Amino acid sequence: MIQGSGLPVFPGVAIGNGVVYRKAQRQAAAPSGNPKQEQEKFDQACATAKEQLSALYEKAVKELGAEKAAIVEVQMLMLEDLDYLEAVAAEIAAGTPAATAASECGEGIAQVFAGLDDAYMQARAADIRDVSQRVADILCGADGFRLPDGEFLLIAEDLAPSETIQLPRERILAFITRQGSSSSHTAILARTLNIPSLVQANISLEDAQNAHIVAVDGFTGNWYIDPDVETTTMLQKKKEEAAAGRAALEAYRGRKSVTKSGKQILLCANIGSPEDAELAMKGDAEGVGLMRSEFLYLGRDSLPTEEELFTAYRKVAEIMQGRPVVIRTLDIGADKQADYLGLDKEENPALGLRGLRICLTREDIFRPQLRAIYRASAYGSLSMMFPMVASPWELRQAKALCMDVRRELIAEGHPVGEVPIGVMVETPAAAVLAEQLALEADFFSVGTNDLTQYTLAVDRQNANLGKFYDPYHPAVMSLLGHIAKCAKAAGIWAGICGELGADPKLTETFIKMGYTELSMAPGRILETRKLVCESEV
Amino acid sequence: MKEFTHVIADPLGLHARPAGLLVKAAAAYQSTVTVTAPTGKADAKRIMAVMRLAAKQGMELTVTCEGPDEEAAAAGLQAFLKENL
Repeated sequence: MIQGSGLPVFPGVAIGNGVVYRKAQRQAAAPSGNPKQEQEKFDQACATAKEQLSALYEKAVKELGAEKAAIVEVQMLMLEDLDYLEAVAAEIAAGTPAATAASECGEGIAQVFAGLDDAYMQARAADIRDVSQRVADILCGADGFRLPDGEFLLIAEDLAPSETIQLPRERILAFITRQGSSSSHTAILARTLNIPSLVQANISLEDAQNAHIVAVDGFTGNWYIDPDVETTTMLQKKKEEAAAGRAALEAYRGRKSVTKSGKQILLCANIGSPEDAELAMKGDAEGVGLMRSEFLYLGRDSLPTEEELFTAYRKVAEIMQGRPVVIRTLDIGADKQADYLGLDKEENPALGLRGLRICLTREDIFRPQLRAIYRASAYGSLSMMFPMVASPWELRQAKALCMDVRRELIAEGHPVGEVPIGVMVETPAAAVLAEQLALEADFFSVGTNDLTQYTLAVDRQNANLGKFYDPYHPAVMSLLGHIAKCAKAAGIWAGICGELGADPKLTETFIKMGYTELSMAPGRILETRKLVCESEV
Repeated sequence: MKEFTHVIADPLGLHARPAGLLVKAAAAYQSTVTVTAPTGKADAKRIMAVMRLAAKQGMELTVTCEGPDEEAAAAGLQAFLKENL
């Protein structure tokens, strides 16, 4: 048994098969410099790839049926496609090494598909990349990263949003990352999925690679590789107790969240996708207080189309069955990057072109999202809020664009609902100017993660700054009190949607301040409702 | 040269599965087979080209066969499209 610790981001216990995630490693094999040999190597690699795919196809037919397996069959055909083979042959004849030619020509064709005005064909770009990558991997002698069957704990150096998005979330029992922080993307995902996870864990990927069983205790922050019998028994017991605790909370399902003095609080969920909305309903959320819309933009190679966005928002609205849903407009930049936007590399992305700043600079990105939100508003109770507002003019300019989009859609004959427009208060500037912003916004929702980072000038991604990142800091609390007071004076509602929303130590404080909505990971709703219902405030 | 037309009935259009089947069917003939859709023109033996048409339900495809077995190719492919698309 080897053991160590990390920073726990979600309580719970997981024991199971450990898998070490690694990026597909490829090192271009030394080219022979002889086009004829390179072509032979390529032909052989194609044959090997076809054999692999053919085995995969047999497996897919058995497990998924012929219809779904067809995509593998199509990949096999791609390896016989003359457009591809001729392009590769031309590159190799021109002196390009086989592996480079295989992946570059695949990329070229993938680009064409990514650019087609058809969501289905755009998605095929990934299939083409996948198959040409397979050939390149074979040529490089790398096997590529493949996940095992069944459930597993995922161990990684760190995970980017574009990587986690491609993982089969229903099979992941826990994340253990060596990097990351309690507010990094992996931590947010772990909380959404209700799985115990550790960040900043002192685990060796090499040890984990050789492990049979890996266990995580999300209560203490300990991890274990091949735990002994005693430890396993202890962890099993903890796991059962946690399950019993969750079962006891079921008494609060379906109840209103009202304090003993009669203050009603709306307990909402933070989500990132329509699948998360299902989790919100399962968690008994009274609405969605924060839909992080950027995840529809990550892990892909081109902007999502208005139709794709509309479909996703509509799905969320429908799943939530009339409960209020707040969509935060695109907040990309900083720790969430998408290469296809063609944004410049920044020295200091947290203070850079991100959030509403991108949207006001790039109408070609913002307009389709606004159109999609307004169109989806006909199917439920949607609101939107803008991230990273620092000045009233930004809010005004964004609102003017909203009105323009709304008029346009009505003129086109689309049914459009009322969409309240709020400010996500996360810059100290917006907090200080809350009185003025409250006159022009329909609601406030405080993003405590960024508000803390910007108020304290502490980078929340920096693992070395942990003890300086103090969301209970009196400066943060003072701003939170001010925001709620200004909202109340202007007659608009205010909520909390950052990680503090689910902090049991602050629930009463927030209610006292005047917040009427708390939004959190779906798995935290019931325990927070218990706190609200037991509160005398 | 033999030519016939077919209107796509499959609600998903000419997506990956039927495109793959079409390429396999066309490859069985020696003739050159060309598919023309409102979105473009493709060699029916090249899957990327066929998929790139992104042809949708309701679109009319014109299939042209030219070569020693063009009669058989046209008849065979027409039957194939009726059945699968």
